[in-house]
Amino acid sequence: MNGWKKAGRGGKARLASTFDAQEAAVLRGLVDEVRQMLAGRSADNPADELAVLTGMRTGPSTRPDDRVLARLLPDFSTDDPDLSAGMRSLHEPELIETKDAAAARMLDTLPETGGRIELTPEQADAWLTALNDVRLALGTALDVSEDMPEDLPLDDPRAAHLGVYHWLTYVQDSLVQARMQVRG
Amino acid sequence: METMAAPLPAPTRQVEPDLAEEPTADVPWQAIVWNDPVNLMSYVTYVFQKLFGYPEPKATALMLDVHHKGKAAVSSGDKDKIEADVAKLHAAGLWATMQKT
Repeated sequence: MNGWKKAGRGGKARLASTFDAQEAAVLRGLVDEVRQMLAGRSADNPADELAVLTGMRTGPSTRPDDRVLARLLPDFSTDDPDLSAGMRSLHEPELIETKDAAAARMLDTLPETGGRIELTPEQADAWLTALNDVRLALGTALDVSEDMPEDLPLDDPRAAHLGVYHWLTYVQDSLVQARMQVRG
Repeated sequence: METMAAPLPAPTRQVEPDLAEEPTADVPWQAIVWNDPVNLMSYVTYVFQKLFGYPEPKATALMLDVHHKGKAAVSSGDKDKIEADVAKLHAAGLWATMQKT
């Protein structure tokens, strides 16, 4: 993977890059992991019969205990618990569906064997969303901070994972830069 | 120490507010985006352009506000609009909340 480049012009513009099989496997594995976490949250709070009938599905009103899930599904208010509870109940199911749909679109356009990938602007937006969710999950689990060094001491158990995190940062940042060159 | 004597409440009549006549020009709610160590400056700028249609200079200025001041109000309007804005920001992975101004 050597960064994303704009390919083609106008309505035919695409975002292109090449992933080797190992890179594709790492990415697919991480995206799957996040999907499973979100699916677990949904499974804990299934839609009831009334919600299925009316289509007005409501979710849980309390924040996930797991800090990674809590970062992916944030509160709506910092100082009004009732507002946060009400808004979460209204919006969380759709938020999970939106994130899952972005992850699924990314997996659809990322062959297991890697290779050259060309994304439409809309596909690139799904990638950006899904890549960001993976970075949020990994960054939260690794306790990433703004003054974190580029490399951790080798005896730090997070050291190897931090390398993956930095690589994901490069993949996402490069895609944002290329995406900003393309309209639509 | 001197204390303020609490004035007795004057007798009041309960008046039902006429909701239809409430001024709608007010912008009583804001969507706030908070700084976090994961979201990239480039990505946050792109999200502001994409979600709100802001020109790049405005999107960049708001991103820098978030980065340097810890948070920024990125949109304002009635409660329904801001609720929808915060939901969209969450879908993009930004740490956003809504508050009354």
